[in-house]
Amino acid sequence: MSASAVLLQFLNGLAGASSLFLVAAGLSLIFGVTRIINFAHGSFYMLGLYLAYTLIGHFGHGATGFWSGVLLSGVAIGLAGALIEGLVLRRLYAAPELLQLLATFALLLVIQDFTLWAWGPEDLLGPRAPGLEGALTIAGRRFPEYDLLLIALGPAVLFALHWLLRRTRWGTLVRAATQDRDMASALGVNQKWLFTGVFALGALLAGTGGALQIPREPASLFLDLSVIADAFVVVVVGGLGSIGGAFLAALLIAEVKAFCIGIGDIAIAGQVFSLSKLTLVVEFVVMAVVLVLRPWGLFGRPPSQPRGSGAIEAPLRPPSRTAFGALVALVGALALVPLVSHGYTLILLTEVLVFALLAVSLHFIMGPGGLHSFGHAAYFGLGAYGAALLLKRGGLPMELALALGPLLSGAAALAFGWFCVRLSGVYFAMLTLAFAQISWSIVFQWDALTGGSNGMIGIWPARWLSSSTAYYYLTLAACTAAIAALWRIMYSPFGYALRAGRDSPLRAGAIGIDVRAQQWAAFVIAGLFAGAGGALYAFSKGSISPESLAVPRSVDSLVMVLLGGIQTLTGPVWGAALFTWLQDTLSRSVEYWRALIGIVILALVLAFPQGIAGFLRARFATDGDNR
Amino acid sequence: MKIPYTILATVFAAASASMPISGAAAQPIKVGELNSYKVFPAFLEPYKKGWQLALEEINASGGVDGRKLEVVSRDDGGDPGTAVRVAEELITRDRVSLLMGTFASNVGLAVANLANQRKTVFIAAEPLTDKIVWQDGNRYTFRLRPSTYMQVAMLVPEAAKLKKKRWAIVYPNYEYGQSATASFKQLMAQAQPGIEIVAEQAPPLGKIDAGAVVQALLDAKPDAIFSSLFAADLQKFVREGNIRGLFKGRAVFNLLGGEPEYLDPLKDETPGGWWVTGYPWDQIKTPEHTKFLNAYEKRWNDYPRVGSVVGYTTMYTVADALRKARSTDSDKLIAALEGLQVETPFGPIVYRAVDHQSTMGAYVGQLARKDGKGVMVNWHFANGADYLPSPAEAKLLRKH
Repeated sequence: MSASAVLLQFLNGLAGASSLFLVAAGLSLIFGVTRIINFAHGSFYMLGLYLAYTLIGHFGHGATGFWSGVLLSGVAIGLAGALIEGLVLRRLYAAPELLQLLATFALLLVIQDFTLWAWGPEDLLGPRAPGLEGALTIAGRRFPEYDLLLIALGPAVLFALHWLLRRTRWGTLVRAATQDRDMASALGVNQKWLFTGVFALGALLAGTGGALQIPREPASLFLDLSVIADAFVVVVVGGLGSIGGAFLAALLIAEVKAFCIGIGDIAIAGQVFSLSKLTLVVEFVVMAVVLVLRPWGLFGRPPSQPRGSGAIEAPLRPPSRTAFGALVALVGALALVPLVSHGYTLILLTEVLVFALLAVSLHFIMGPGGLHSFGHAAYFGLGAYGAALLLKRGGLPMELALALGPLLSGAAALAFGWFCVRLSGVYFAMLTLAFAQISWSIVFQWDALTGGSNGMIGIWPARWLSSSTAYYYLTLAACTAAIAALWRIMYSPFGYALRAGRDSPLRAGAIGIDVRAQQWAAFVIAGLFAGAGGALYAFSKGSISPESLAVPRSVDSLVMVLLGGIQTLTGPVWGAALFTWLQDTLSRSVEYWRALIGIVILALVLAFPQGIAGFLRARFATDGDNR
Repeated sequence: MKIPYTILATVFAAASASMPISGAAAQPIKVGELNSYKVFPAFLEPYKKGWQLALEEINASGGVDGRKLEVVSRDDGGDPGTAVRVAEELITRDRVSLLMGTFASNVGLAVANLANQRKTVFIAAEPLTDKIVWQDGNRYTFRLRPSTYMQVAMLVPEAAKLKKKRWAIVYPNYEYGQSATASFKQLMAQAQPGIEIVAEQAPPLGKIDAGAVVQALLDAKPDAIFSSLFAADLQKFVREGNIRGLFKGRAVFNLLGGEPEYLDPLKDETPGGWWVTGYPWDQIKTPEHTKFLNAYEKRWNDYPRVGSVVGYTTMYTVADALRKARSTDSDKLIAALEGLQVETPFGPIVYRAVDHQSTMGAYVGQLARKDGKGVMVNWHFANGADYLPSPAEAKLLRKH
């Protein structure tokens, strides 16, 4: 690269960094104060872009029309954020951690379908910014004028936020609440208004960030998910709640990206390696590196535990005789299903069982372990690929491939887990997500071995298992055994030690429990069992593709666990059954089925903040019963 | 509530007596349709309107051998695993006679793989991957659209005519873009030996960093550019390229760039002179297209996109195959589909017996801006049959 090329790519990176920072700053603010992991933040960005497109079309493409359109959309999204906080999220602050995440995920689904309904399916490319349509010549190359404005805007917003947080009374209160929200509350700060204000400000920043992209990218329905991942990465790399950190992280990631593209192909030891392809995953590589080196991000501090809300959960009691009997009876009933039904019921039940195993394996580290993994699908998918590779490339018989496939996910969990358990809270979650994305990109890119984005086909069960009835029995037996084993482990000394590490790492350490080693082992066990689910999944479908370890699958498994209730034993099974059934039924009968799933989840969350199983437990709890 | 059997039987008898054709012949033939309606709505809403129009026409003219067609349509969520479950449901619960649909390559391949296992005919409407008919082709799967390879082959003669030496390539980083790039390199090496690829950019699908990519291509100083970008990536690339002067004095080829789905959003950014494959729907004056256009505009009060033609033609393929086979049996349907000729808005096409690929073509032309909108000019129709490998070569590409 020539010097002028380097300069121009540096400027490209700066413009990208400003765009990223605007979204990420809002997310960071919201998380810092309310502890909400806001999945709908990308949706605010998307809505801002769509709204600005409509408003500018309405006001005309002149300078006044353009800028008032951008500003108004930002404000409108801010108001929408305040409304959502007041109507939905406010009811959930007392609920267990992560439940707000489920609510914002439901909002994401609703907003996705709302946008499709309101603006239609076509991409909408807005006008260029009036007065800034052209390019300036810098070092003999043309650079868009509008990008220069963006470059200036990033630091301007950073300083404005800095001023707001450091120099105003409201900012002081926000900082106080970020540091210790219970103490702030005890000193008479009205949390309700503070939370609403912060949420509205965050939404306003996201909406404005989206609206400002009008001259650079079309409004399209993919934006919400693609933006949210990037914004999370920036927030976590920068350090949660640190606005300056978010700015630095946005800069780091945008520049690394710009130079991966600028440098293009490089030759290492005679092998040509395309850095441009690396842009698929580069932000996650950066995040993994940063978190491994600095467990709380660039500018972050160890998170303070919010007091009060996170009451120590009573340990799960082993199921009572009645409950145990009911579970056995359920398995018995499932075994009888093929007598009355052959066709689709078995196929759907097979899928429910596989996802139940996935959800229980995730719950194993989330519940007793207290480790919230956002990348659990990686182990599901790697188990599936392990089995597929052993069958197709290794030439093993199907039975052996099915049994040995999960070893791949176990091995991955062993390697990734060692890094992950060094972290805690959201940092742990994001590092698992980073490793999942890295695994996904390897599977996606390694065409010769894994079939790349198309995946692998022809992964069918052996002849004697090929009927849907036979395969159903295999799945039922395997999943029941695996789930029973996981539950049994929860009540072993190992399970109790794991729980001790969750509730009080200090005390657990003091009595001689190696907390990290326990967590690492739990991580590997969970990975192994998720992989078993993945291998069963692969043979039930006959094919496998990178989607099986992508983020949406991880989110689905998280939703299943939370729907069922995280501090219950059997909750994940009910969550998996309900979620799979909902998707199947609603996608068949309703056009806007995603929105409807979102609404159902919202209703469930508001009605049963403890999850379904948690609700039943509270409703029917008697002494000695399954609590 | 339990309804006495006698009442039910009476109602049923009365109902069937009132129908013109009694017994099995009056039963509709069920066709299973699945697609990623929520993931790719820009392409698939017109597609759905296309097959719905065809279905209404077919049934209005008496259906197939006196039996009406009934389409059971499902959303596959854009995920191969879900698509397989949905296809299983269509086969086992809805008892459809054959399957049609799918958009993305990975979903298409997964459903084709299932069709082969369940011995059910599957007409892949959209997927562009070459593998679905060649490397991974199977007996039960047929594909309508001209594949990535065919569309690249349609552009290559125009590219070779220009005698440009230094080429830059940009493609979305997944199967479609990768195989478009591979086919382009292979076909150009034959058509114009000695070309040089000076830059290759593979941005992630839907997440192009357009400024940096355009800058990198400028730095490589190519004479010409081959792109397989589409949708939002294409729009961002075009705007950045226009602002930064990437396209000045350079020939650009863009696969699919003239399809209304991807061309129309560009409006006054439409780059003039680009060579593209596409569909100039308002300029095609053949009788078969005019008939389709009028019917479509009358029914939907909207103009057709490529997806509309694909949906419309897939539905007619199904009806024609059922007519020719005079049966819903898979083996007879395959025999009927191999060599089946179908009349389409683009003229007649044939499903080749050797690789189950249809000879549907595409329009090749250049982009221009007219009244603030993008149009195709200078275009001609490229018949798919002329851009397919010979039957002998195709046989080698199919392993079995």
